[in-house]
Amino acid sequence: MAESDPIPPPRARLASEPSPDGVDHVFPGARRPDRHRWVESHGLRLSVWEWGDETAPPVLFAHGGFDFAGTFDGLAPLVADAGWRVVSWDQRGHGDSEHPTLYSWEADVRDAGAVMATLGSAPMPILGHSKGGALILQLAESSPHTVSHVVNLDGLPSSRSWPDVPEHNRTRMRQAETTSWLEHRRTAGDKARRPGTLEGLAERRGRMNPRLDPAWIRYLVPIGARPADDGWRWKIDPTLRPGGFGPWRPEWAMARLPSLGMPTLCVLGRELEPMGWGTLPEDVVPNLPPGGRFFGLEGVGHFVHIEQPRMVADLVLEHIS
Amino acid sequence: MNETVILRHNRVDLALHHLRDAVEDDVQALLVLHGLGERTPATAPAWTDGWPGPVWGLDLTGHGASSPSRGGGYTAEILMADAAIAAIHLGTATVVGRGLGAYVALLVAGACPDHVRGAVLLDGPGLAGGGPAPGSPMMVAGAVLPVGPPDPFALVEMTRDVRPPDYALSWVHQAVEGSELDTPLAVAARVRPPWLAAVADSPGVADITLDEALALYSTL
Repeated sequence: MAESDPIPPPRARLASEPSPDGVDHVFPGARRPDRHRWVESHGLRLSVWEWGDETAPPVLFAHGGFDFAGTFDGLAPLVADAGWRVVSWDQRGHGDSEHPTLYSWEADVRDAGAVMATLGSAPMPILGHSKGGALILQLAESSPHTVSHVVNLDGLPSSRSWPDVPEHNRTRMRQAETTSWLEHRRTAGDKARRPGTLEGLAERRGRMNPRLDPAWIRYLVPIGARPADDGWRWKIDPTLRPGGFGPWRPEWAMARLPSLGMPTLCVLGRELEPMGWGTLPEDVVPNLPPGGRFFGLEGVGHFVHIEQPRMVADLVLEHIS
Repeated sequence: MNETVILRHNRVDLALHHLRDAVEDDVQALLVLHGLGERTPATAPAWTDGWPGPVWGLDLTGHGASSPSRGGGYTAEILMADAAIAAIHLGTATVVGRGLGAYVALLVAGACPDHVRGAVLLDGPGLAGGGPAPGSPMMVAGAVLPVGPPDPFALVEMTRDVRPPDYALSWVHQAVEGSELDTPLAVAARVRPPWLAAVADSPGVADITLDEALALYSTL
């Protein structure tokens, strides 16, 4: 286990630790976690972060794809300050967690279970954003005895964002995707993320998050990236890339929603944007489990907890308390 | 085994075993893909005796002498990339897959039609996978599993990967569109899970015996 390593692996800073040299690492309302630990999930080292009193009841947060636990630096303190021990982890290949050989949905769910296993045996609330939202649906259905409440933040995939093209065109598209993906697989093992300045990395990420405050994205860089001799590099595994292919269909995740037996809250940002699924209220409401609640936030994009941390925290606290 | 070539696939070392030399020149290699939990046999299987070209066998990730993946993460598409790297190394190959290897053979025939000259799908462990649609989810965590190879996570995950028939057909379409052969795929399996039944009924797929398939592809 990494906690006993003589030289611990590098990680982002805690609230009690100084900012990196020369970096003014602040954003209004954001607070770094209070504690950090390493958890081993079947041989893989995961980076686990906590906000709030260690003796308070735990609530588990799951971040989205290409994010990391630090993207909860706005929401988590608000929930922690209301009397919760907020726990999140950098998913495999993300943030400070190890880069594994392979990735799969099942492996991510197991990693979540490994983190939960360190938090006692009492059922706890779980919250997930985007990919993390879809992940916790499977976690809650596969291990209902460990979950007391579900909060899904814009993590309900829909097929609305999938291109509707004739099969013969789709075959050609898929062939091109396959060839590109195989080339990526062949070469990615030797690749590293492109170096740059803090501002440069923020600018690159800002293209994927056009609605977010540039100052917030600059705040994320010293958490999700680390300095090297030639500049800063995002920590995320260079073998990961958006998209890909496989048999998975978005409706498979949505189909887990009606089966949930614990109190369930679903929140959608109503402003459509590239990183979202384009899911509409009429996709979600018919699938709510008995007693399930839905909130569509007008004028808010996919990153509901970043755009409106206070509003989302109030919804979360009202639901789980 | 005569010789083992180690091929790099991202962070995995793949073991590609040379099982037998060619009997005739100018016939492509036969690439044998094992079933779930199996490994490449030490010698060329008897059913390859009639193949005039060289015979090779690939240990898929997490099997045999190929590296495992710590903490799992196995998917059929990753194993397809294993097979693609082996086929590209060989230049051109006819691929014969058992069970899980049959599904991988289908995928690589669609992914690399320039390098796969016919794929033969056989019965074997892991043929059905997780079925045509997701089942009830489960989490394997903390269970004590036998140490591999094969990697226990490969056994767990590759019996749960979903194989919708229309997804399997999309790989048939890629193989048919990209291959020079009229019938780039041959189904010789007796057991027909939904994905394989759909494949067997598709244009461009021959529903024949293993011997017939090997005879077909060795003369094309």
